[in-house]
Formats: sequence, C-alpha cells, structure tokens
Amino acid sequence: MSPRLLILTPLGLLLWGAFDPSWVAAAGLGEHTLAWPSSEELLRVLTLRDYNTRVVIVGTTLLGLAAGLVGTFLLLRKRALLSDTLSHASLPGIALAFILLTALGAEGKNLLALIGGAAFFCILGTGAVIVIQRYSRLKDDAALGIVLSVFFGLGIALMGIATRMGSGNAAGLSSFIYGKTASMLFADAVLIAVVALLAAICAVLFFKEFALLCFDADYAASQGWPVTGLDFLMMTLVVVVTVIGLQAVGLILVVALLIIPPAAARFWTYSLKHMLWISGLFGALSGLFGAGISALMANLPAGAVIVLTASLLFGVSLVFGSTRGLARRGVERLRLSRRIRHENLLREIYEMMEVCGLSPEDAELDCALPQVTMDMLLSRRSWSHGQLRRALARGMAAGLLASDGRNWELTAAGLEEARRIVRKHRLWETYLIEHADVAPGHVDWGADEIEHVLDADLVAALEKRLPAEVLQQMPASPHHIEPVQGEAA
Amino acid sequence: MAAQAQANRQSSSARVHALTEDQRRRLPLAIQDLTVAYHRKPVLWDVDLAIPEGRLIAVVGPNGAGKSTLIKAALGLIPRASGRVTIYGQPYEKQRRLVGYVPQRESVDWDFPVNALDVVAMGLYGRIGWFRPVARAHRRRALEELEKVGMAPYAQRQISQLSGGQQQRVFLARALAQDADLYFMDEPFAGVDVATERAIIALLKELKAAGKTCVVVHHDLQTVPTYFDHVVLLNMRVVEAGPVDTVFTEENLKKTYGGKLTLLSQALFEYSKDPRLPSGTRGGGAL
Repeated sequence: MSPRLLILTPLGLLLWGAFDPSWVAAAGLGEHTLAWPSSEELLRVLTLRDYNTRVVIVGTTLLGLAAGLVGTFLLLRKRALLSDTLSHASLPGIALAFILLTALGAEGKNLLALIGGAAFFCILGTGAVIVIQRYSRLKDDAALGIVLSVFFGLGIALMGIATRMGSGNAAGLSSFIYGKTASMLFADAVLIAVVALLAAICAVLFFKEFALLCFDADYAASQGWPVTGLDFLMMTLVVVVTVIGLQAVGLILVVALLIIPPAAARFWTYSLKHMLWISGLFGALSGLFGAGISALMANLPAGAVIVLTASLLFGVSLVFGSTRGLARRGVERLRLSRRIRHENLLREIYEMMEVCGLSPEDAELDCALPQVTMDMLLSRRSWSHGQLRRALARGMAAGLLASDGRNWELTAAGLEEARRIVRKHRLWETYLIEHADVAPGHVDWGADEIEHVLDADLVAALEKRLPAEVLQQMPASPHHIEPVQGEAA
Repeated sequence: MAAQAQANRQSSSARVHALTEDQRRRLPLAIQDLTVAYHRKPVLWDVDLAIPEGRLIAVVGPNGAGKSTLIKAALGLIPRASGRVTIYGQPYEKQRRLVGYVPQRESVDWDFPVNALDVVAMGLYGRIGWFRPVARAHRRRALEELEKVGMAPYAQRQISQLSGGQQQRVFLARALAQDADLYFMDEPFAGVDVATERAIIALLKELKAAGKTCVVVHHDLQTVPTYFDHVVLLNMRVVEAGPVDTVFTEENLKKTYGGKLTLLSQALFEYSKDPRLPSGTRGGGAL
C-alpha cells in the first residue's frame, strides 16, 4: 500500500462513517441493555452535531495532528524522553498558577494562566536538564530521571496545598494529571485548536530545516544554520504541544501523543515527508477517537482513550507496516531462505555433475548423473525432506529442472542458471579467502552479480587468482567438492 | 626543485605569524595559535598552520591526536580556547560558501528516513534558503553530484540500505553540491570498499585539477605518499607540516606517533616508500 493511499483511506472511511447514519445506527443497535450510549447519542457525537462536543473534538484532533508532526522531529532528534520530563515538570507550574490566582482572589482555573505556568516550569525543567548534563558527569537518562521526579514531586506537594485552600475550586485540577475533555470549556477548546494549528503549521514550515538539524546537526552548523535557535524552536513547539495537551490528555500521558504516532509512522515509509504526514494523521485519529469516545462515556478519561487508540495504531503498524512491519520482514526472511535453498539446490546438482563430467558421455560409470535422486541431495545438505521437495517443485515450475518422478536433472535453462550461481558463489568464496581480513562486511551473497558490489577490476583479479583449470568460463571451486558416493539409483 | 620544496615548506609550516594580510587572503586556510580544550584538558595546543591552495593535504596522527578536532575547530563547530582561523583571509563565518564539509560517516544515524538524493540535496540548503522547498532544479543538481561519485543508480535508495562505502560517497556528493573551494573531509577512507576508495581518489584528483584544496583526515600511513601532496603530522600540536617528500620521514613519524608507531606500521611505512612500488596500483587497505 502506498503511503498516500494509507493517508487517504482512513480519512475516507471516517467521512463515510460520520455521514452515513444507517451505518452508525446499525452499530448502535441492541446495545441499550449495556452501558453503551444510545444510537442517537453516538450519531450526535460522530456527526459532530452537538456544537460544544464538536469544538472539543476538533480541538483534540488538531492537538493530535500537531503532536504527530512535532513528535516526528522530536523522535528523530532522539529527544523523545525529554518530552516526558517536560510534561511532568509542568505540574508545579499548574499548581502554582492556581494558588497565585486564588490568593489574588481570581478564578483559579483560568486555562491561559494555568498553561502559562505549565510552560514556564517546562522551560525551567529543560534548563535543569541542560545544567545537569553540562556541569555534572551524569548521563542524559539520569539527568532526565532526576528532573522528572523532583519537579513532579514538587508539583504533587503544591497540588496538596492548592486543594486545601479554602477558597477556589481545585477539583478540576486533577484533570491536568489524567486528562479530561469533559471539563473543557468552549473557550479552552478554541484556544487549544488555534494553538495546535499554529504549532502544526510551524512544524511543516520548518520541514527542511528541522530535517537537516535532526539528521546532521554538525553539518547544519557548518553551513551556517542557527542550530541552537532551531533546537530552541523545536523544543518550544514541544512545550507548546505539551502544555495545551495537558488538559485533554493529562501530563502523564501527553508524552504518548508525541512519541507513539511518529514511532508508528516509521513502520510505513522510508520517506521523511510521508512519515511526517502519517504521524500527523495517526495523532489526529487518536485525538478524534479519544475525545469522541470520552464524550460518549463520561467515565472514560480522554487521555487514556487517546493513548489506547494511538497504541492500537502502533500495534497495527508494527505488524502490518509496509516497510518495516513484522509481517513484511517475515515474508522477506522466508523469501531469502527459499532463495538460498533454491541456489543451494542448483549448485549442488551442478557440482555433482562437475565431479562426474558435465555430459552423460563423460560420466564415469559409477556416476548416474546428470540425473540425481532426492536421497543423493538429502545426504549432502542439511535441508529437510519437505524443504527439498518444495525447492525441487519450485525449480520444476520455473523450468529449471526436469523430472520423471524419481530422478531430477537440470534443463538447458537450469544449467545456465546453475552455472551463473556457482560462478557467483565461487567468486565470493575466493574474495573471502583473499580479502576477508580486510572487508568481510562487503560480502553480499544476495547480490545477483558480484560486479554490483565489487568493481570490475577486482572481479577480474579474483577470477585470475582462482585455480587454473577453468571449465567453460567457470572458476573452479576453491574448496574440495565431495565426490558423489555410489548411492545412485 | 629544492628551492621549490623550501618555499612550500616555508609557506606551510610555522610562519603564520609573519603572514601579511595579502598573503593570508591567498591561503585557503590559515590557523594561528589555535588551542582547543575539553574540560580543561587541551586537545590541540598552539596550532599554527598555513594550508596552500590547490593541494591535497593529509592530516595524520595517532588516535586522540585531535585530527577531527582540528577540522571542527576550523569550522567553528567546537569553541576555541584561543586562536584565529581564516579562510582566504576572512573568518569562517563570512566564507561559509567557500567551504565544503564531509563529516565522519559514523557521526549520523543512517537509519534516518531519507534517500541518497535527499542527503545530497542538503548540500544545497544554504543556497535554497529558509522555508523554500527543494525544487526540481535542485534535485537535478543533486543527481549530477551523485553521478560524479558513481551513485546515481542509488539515488532513490533509503540510506540504511547502502553499504558503508556507498554512504561515504553520498556524503562526498553532498559536499560537492556545496561547490566549495576548500573541502574538509574527516576520514573518508575509513572502512570503505575498494570501489569507493578508487572513486574517492579519482574525485580528489579531479578537485585538485580544478584548483580546489582538500584537507583530509587520514589514518592509513602507507597510502599518504601515493594519495597526497602535503601532509600535516599532528599530535596535539603540529609536529611537522609540508610537502610529503620532505616532511613524511620516518623520523618525523616517530616524533608524531612516539611509542605508538609499532613495528608493524614501521614495516608498512618502509613498504610504502619502496621505489619499486608503482604508484596508484595498490587497492584497499590490504597487504
């Protein structure tokens, strides 16, 4: 599946699902006995008919999109864990902002003030990480761990104070830890949507610069790009996405929205541009489903549903991803072992013919070649009966082998193919013997032509170094070939 | 001939202080009093170096001698404790367009989701400028650079699927895209296959013929006389710098490597100086 199709298909399904009432109604049928929402409710949420829900869902979806885009660069800059530290470090900021506002006699749960405090402590946390990294001999993971726990501990303590303040209503503050879209006000949702959109636009605008920074920061600096400034901008975007995500996803889980969508997107593509958009899509889908399901079932925190949706997408990508998915890799491994068995089979038959003379007339009397039996082949290699039989069948299907049911022989095409494989194999073997001390890493058995990997001069030199008795342009094997035992039919 | 060698030697050894600004303007690279330290431990100490134009210069020295540090300090990638570096008479910040850089291959994550062409196009980013995307003309240009290193057929290949040598050639093509006059290459011959080693040598010769200057960190002592004109022997300080004929002597190498110049590399060195050895015929690091 092409990445473009991958992006479009779920979008199409989504639109179709949202606008086809019969499908939605069918899905909701007979569920009144459970705690499930009624089909009317489901319909209302999915078609975004309820204005407030609509804004919350749009806001969370945009948040997911922004997190997916920004997270792509964060992941490739290898700073994924820094975002976790950031989100935990924001808690004291939230609590402190609430305490200050309440002490000043204002409404404590002003979102703008709360995320302002969160952002301030995010930056403070980042600064603390950098200071520890630079002025102590601690490694990155230790620095992140220290800052995360210290700031989070401070935040919990301040939350305790906040909830004990007589005036003010601290009950909603816990939604910043676990995430709850239900407590979101209309203005909050609009704020989240707008900021998320800006962050997403920024991430796309700086695509080329961020890509260079993530791939090769030193080179970027040598070309005069302001690496520190770009890094700062990138971390600012991360902080922005984190703090506006706090209310919807919660500070414990917001890191998932930044890391899981890009991690999942990597399984689908080798192109950064595609990865960016797939990651954005996965993030948006997570936000959409998370907010939608949470709107239907009040007991389900949006953060948890968002993370679970993202994880589901990650799981699917891990298994079915079109470039790195396990299924694809498994198929490739299977193909490789089949190919090796195929080449071994042709080589084995060829080498058996070689020790007996290539044509039947040349054959010594105790050689029943060029025909071979399965027993002869089985005794020479470690393949199982079934593997050999399947390899033989595939060889026949490809027109390389002919058989009367008991004996197999190479066809003209098969002889040609076997000769090519044996030549390649022997050249590689000689290369290993001659050059293994220098460059064993350059041996590539899979390369169809040795010339694709080694240059022509070297191949010519290798051919010269092979033992003299050249048989029809065929380099002789550098090792001893076991003569065929008298076990022919 | 002897006078020429003498002149070369004068221009490239510790005469940097006496340079007039006019002389400095003609030097691709002039380093004066350069000291670099990591955590109070000096890595480079009082380095004076004048690199002549249009030559291939090898920087050799033992592990930890500060070879890569020298390049990075010249490019302003690491802070200098002291010293002045000029590129054609001006500080590097003003001359970026004239300088191409090939970092060590291991310095990046080759699992990054880009293909060979994308990497080469990065060499053009400086010219493309902020926000503007890589256009078709840039792609065409990048492909031409890949062609020069024999990698055009692999343009669309994801970089993790290239061999080490092919990755190195992609890095070279990226530097070529910068169309510079002075190239810094950090260990381009490290761990590459024979085909790549030949491609790099051919490329160096082409660059030299076009009047470009290449400063190459090199680890293989025996190939220094065949590949390079000039050599900088470095071990925290510049032991000696100048034309290979006069500077690349066993005595100077002993001064550079100290006890680290083992019996084996001495033997290799003797071998490389063997006049019966036809130049340019040796392939690979093999013996």
